[in-house]
Order: sequence, then C-alpha cells, then structure tokens
Amino acid sequence: MRKKGKAGRVCRKTQKYPLSGRRAVRREFAGLLFLLPGLVGVLCFTLLPFLEVIKRSFQSAVTQQWVGLKNYREVFSNAAFRMAAENTLRFTFICIPLLVVFSLVLAVVLQKLRTGKNTLKGMFLVPVAVPAASVVLVWKALFHSNGLLNAVLERFCAEPVNWMGSNAAFAVLVISYLWKNIGYDMVLWMAGLSGIPTAIYEAARVDGAGEWKCFLKITLPNLKPALYTISVLSFLNSFKVFREAWLVAGDYPHQSMYLIQHLYNNWFRELSFDKIAAAAVINAALVFGLILLLQRAWDSEV
Amino acid sequence: MTGAKKGRSVMQGSGKSKRKSSRKRKIQRKERGSGSAGRLLVYTLLFLLAAVIFFPIVFAVGGAFMQQWELKEYLGSVLGGAQGMASWSLVPKAPTLQPLVEVLIDSPQFFVMFWNSMRISVFILIGQIVFGVPAAWGLARFSFPGKRLLLMLYIVLMLMPFQVLMLPEYLVLDDLCLLDTHWAVILPAVFSTFPVFIMYRFFCGIPEAVLEAARIDGAGNLQIFLRIGIPLGAAGIVSASILGFLESWNMIEQPMTFLKTKALWPLSLYLPEIGLEEAGAGFAAALLMLIPALLLFLSGQEYLEQGITAAAVKE
Repeated sequence: MRKKGKAGRVCRKTQKYPLSGRRAVRREFAGLLFLLPGLVGVLCFTLLPFLEVIKRSFQSAVTQQWVGLKNYREVFSNAAFRMAAENTLRFTFICIPLLVVFSLVLAVVLQKLRTGKNTLKGMFLVPVAVPAASVVLVWKALFHSNGLLNAVLERFCAEPVNWMGSNAAFAVLVISYLWKNIGYDMVLWMAGLSGIPTAIYEAARVDGAGEWKCFLKITLPNLKPALYTISVLSFLNSFKVFREAWLVAGDYPHQSMYLIQHLYNNWFRELSFDKIAAAAVINAALVFGLILLLQRAWDSEV
Repeated sequence: MTGAKKGRSVMQGSGKSKRKSSRKRKIQRKERGSGSAGRLLVYTLLFLLAAVIFFPIVFAVGGAFMQQWELKEYLGSVLGGAQGMASWSLVPKAPTLQPLVEVLIDSPQFFVMFWNSMRISVFILIGQIVFGVPAAWGLARFSFPGKRLLLMLYIVLMLMPFQVLMLPEYLVLDDLCLLDTHWAVILPAVFSTFPVFIMYRFFCGIPEAVLEAARIDGAGNLQIFLRIGIPLGAAGIVSASILGFLESWNMIEQPMTFLKTKALWPLSLYLPEIGLEEAGAGFAAALLMLIPALLLFLSGQEYLEQGITAAAVKE
C-alpha cells in the first residue's frame, strides 16, 4: 500500500517537473536528511519533554502517583495564579490594541513620507536591539518616586505618582512594552502596506476618493491578514515584558505587575513541578488555540 | 494622481480649458502650500516621538560618561539623602572616561560576565546556523511524507513562550546533568525553531528554475544546497543570525532558571544587581553591553527588518 502511495506522488512530481523524473523520489528522503539533525534536537529538547510535562501534570510531584485533575484544580484555585493570570490578561487586552493601532498610524504616516523615512524608521526600531538590562538604570531613575517622571509631573503642577508602589506599576509595564515593540510592529505594518498595489489607489483617486476614504475602503481591508499576524506576534512578545518587570522590581514586585512568569519562578524555587506542569499545559493550550484561530483566519482570507 | 488629472485636461484641449487648467494649477499650488505646513507638523510630531523613544538610550549613554559627583547631583534624590526631585542633563558637564576604564580594568567580575554573555551568544549563533540552515533548506525545497505536520510543529514551537518550555527544558537538562553549565542555556536555544522558520521563508523565495537548471547540469543535492541555496539564501541567514544574536544577548529568563553559580551569569543578570548607589559603574557596564547590540543594529538594520517581516508575511 505504501508503495502505491509513493508511486502516486512520483506521478504528481513528474507532471510538475517533467525533467526530474525518478529523482523526485530520492529527493523526498534527502529533504529529511537535511532536516534530521535539527529535528532530533528539537524533539529532544522541547517536544518529547513537553509530552513528559503533560504526563506530569496529572501526577503528584513527590510520589509520581496519578492524581487526575487535582493539579489543575489546585492551579485554578490558587490565589496567586488568579492574580498573575488576571494581570497578564489585563495587560494583553490593554496593550495589544494600543500597540497595534498606534503602530499602524505610525506606519501609514511614515509610508507617505518622501524624505527621512529610513532615518525615522531606524529611530523607532532601535529599542528592538537594546538589551533590557542595559537601560534598567534609566528605568529606575525615571520611575522612582523622586525620579525624573515625577519631576516633570511636578513642573506641570500634577500630583507625583508612586510608580513602583501602587497600581501605577502596571503603567510602567505598559510603557516599557510599547517602547520596546512600537518599531517592531511598525515594520510589520509597513510590509503589509507596501504589499497593497498602488494601482488600486490611483483608480480610486481618479474616481474622486479622498485620502480618508482611501484609507477606510482600501488600506484597512487590505491589511486584514496582516492584522491577524501582528496581533499574534504582539501577543507573544507581550510575554517577554516580564523582563522589564523583573529588572525594575525584582522577584516580588507590586501586585499589579505580578505576572505569570513571576509565579512560575516562585513555584520553581519551591520545586512544585506539578503545579508548573499543569499551568504550562494550560498556557500551551491557550497559545495553540490562538495559532489555530490564526491559521483559520489565513485560510479564509485566501 | 495629478498626472491623470492633467492628462484629462490636456485631452479636453480647447482654449477655454487652458484657462481652467491654469486655475487648477493655482489651486494645486495652494494645496501644496498647505501641504508643506502640514508636512512640517507631521515631521515635527514624528521627530518628537522619535526623540521620546530615543531618550532612554541617550540617557544611558550620557550617564556612562559622567563623573560620580555629577550623577549624584542629578540623581541624589533617587539615591536617597538629597532633597527635591531628580534631574538630568543629556550631555555630561565634564565628560570622563573614568567609569568606563574602571569597569574595564578594575573589575574582573565585569569581564567574566561580559565573556559569559559573548560565549553563550556566539555558541548559540553557531549552533543555530549549523543545525538550522540545513533544516530550513530541507523544509523549504523538498517534499516528503509528514512535511506539513513538521512545518506546523516548527511554527507552533516558534510561537510558544518560555513559560511553556521552561519545565520541559529543565527536565531534559536535568537528565543530561547539564544544569548550571553554559550548555543549559546554549543547547535549547540552538534548537529554537524561530531562526529555522525565518530562513525557511527566504529559501522558499528561490525560484525553482534555478535549482532545476543545476540539477540538469548534474549537481547533487548537497552541491545544490552549498553552491546555490546558501549564497541565494544568504540574506535570510544573516537576518536570522542578527535576530538570534540580539535575542540571546538579551536573554534573561533562561540563565535565571538554569544557572545557579554567579560566576556563570551573563551580563543581563549581572547589570540589575548594580543599584543606583554605584550608578557610575552601572551606566558604564550598561554602555558596554549596549555597544555590541547597537553596532549590530546599525550595520544590519536592513536585514533585521527583513527578518522581522519574514516571520510575519502569510504563506
């Protein structure tokens, strides 16, 4: 039966590339050979151990006994987990729309410029390259209660904010995330924008469409596939904001910036692997679901 | 747009329309006038925003050239002791190389951490190229059973955050007795699927006809890969390398979880330990960490952009 299948493939190949003929069969396995060394590493370091983690999420950490859904129940009823998950989700729902809209505006404006486009693009993109640790002192000096930001606020006769010790700590996260990612998303949007054929715009303008109408009726609909990807990538980058949070506030920050990663690190220190395992599976399922949604969105666009 | 309009008015072509078109030109000139004012506003806003984004970097760089008394003057209230609010000057009053020299020469600790970072990042880079380039080539240019599934696996793993992979990686590293060695940070990153995916996108862009021609001339698979694939996909390899290096240079979660011995720590973990009390040394060390990343950015901005885009454009 296998043989039959292979023959079928050869046939298809020969039709597509009439000259390659029999070689197509050999090429199939050569491809696997190229992939194999890397694939073995990927399997050993991520996929197989992840299956192990799934197994462990149903076991007790100490005795390795099967405990069913106990770990999951424990995770969901854990107050720290709820807080961390809530913060992480709140962060996501506030930051991603902000970032996506803001970077889109920036990209549209920048795309229209004739001079200075690349300079500005470079300036917005620099934070992508800046290691979080090398600006940590700046962040500390900015957000200290006697820091620079409060000095500026004072000058404008506003109340100083206790950035690190109140709910405003959440704003520190938002600012760091926007700072780091605005250029990244802008580049993605610009790639999307340059993919729209200019002929459409020209046709619309001949028909008397204004700038604003062009944006609403041509630019936005054409950017829809880019929107999905950019949202997902921004979502994934949002997990990395833990770095800034940890750098400015350490292991036990103010409640409002206590993220999932903080919680994992604390569990890690307590060696409660069963809880981490269950939480990791939940987390993976969430991300996986999102990827499937994205895939579907792509497919329906085609 | 103006070309099309002009074309139409020329086509009308009578004397009457000539006057009309001259009026039109006047209107156009007026529009351009208001446009230039608008453009000035746009540019001002953009450069203001860019300045705000740039500020932390200028801040960090300037701080590295300040003397301790100057830092104390500005940041005294943050450090404690002084009254009032912090202030800052973008340009140091009395620029000095002293803190930089001190960090470079008098603190062996810094040196160890710097080379730890370098070693980790370079090893990761080499590993990603050695294992990733052939893998990307295999995925991009061949068809074999299960390829779609493997590609899906690579994309899913690429998008998984560290929180998900932390425990799995820890378990393997524990089994291999690699915890608390540099390999614990290097090996999982070598097999990260992100660079593979970026290079995969670039390799997919090579036209099949080129490879077909080489095949007719009798080139084998390995030859095609080495002689055609690598040179034509070089931009992809460079893009993936730059993104990969920046990522590993900036790595925090992984060393934090897998390295216990302080002597093995990379710079990214060492820097936050320097409080504002030793701000001079802190700024200098931060600058030395910033320099390789910025140099890479300046020399490869174009590739960086291509790499960012490659991960996102839909298939």
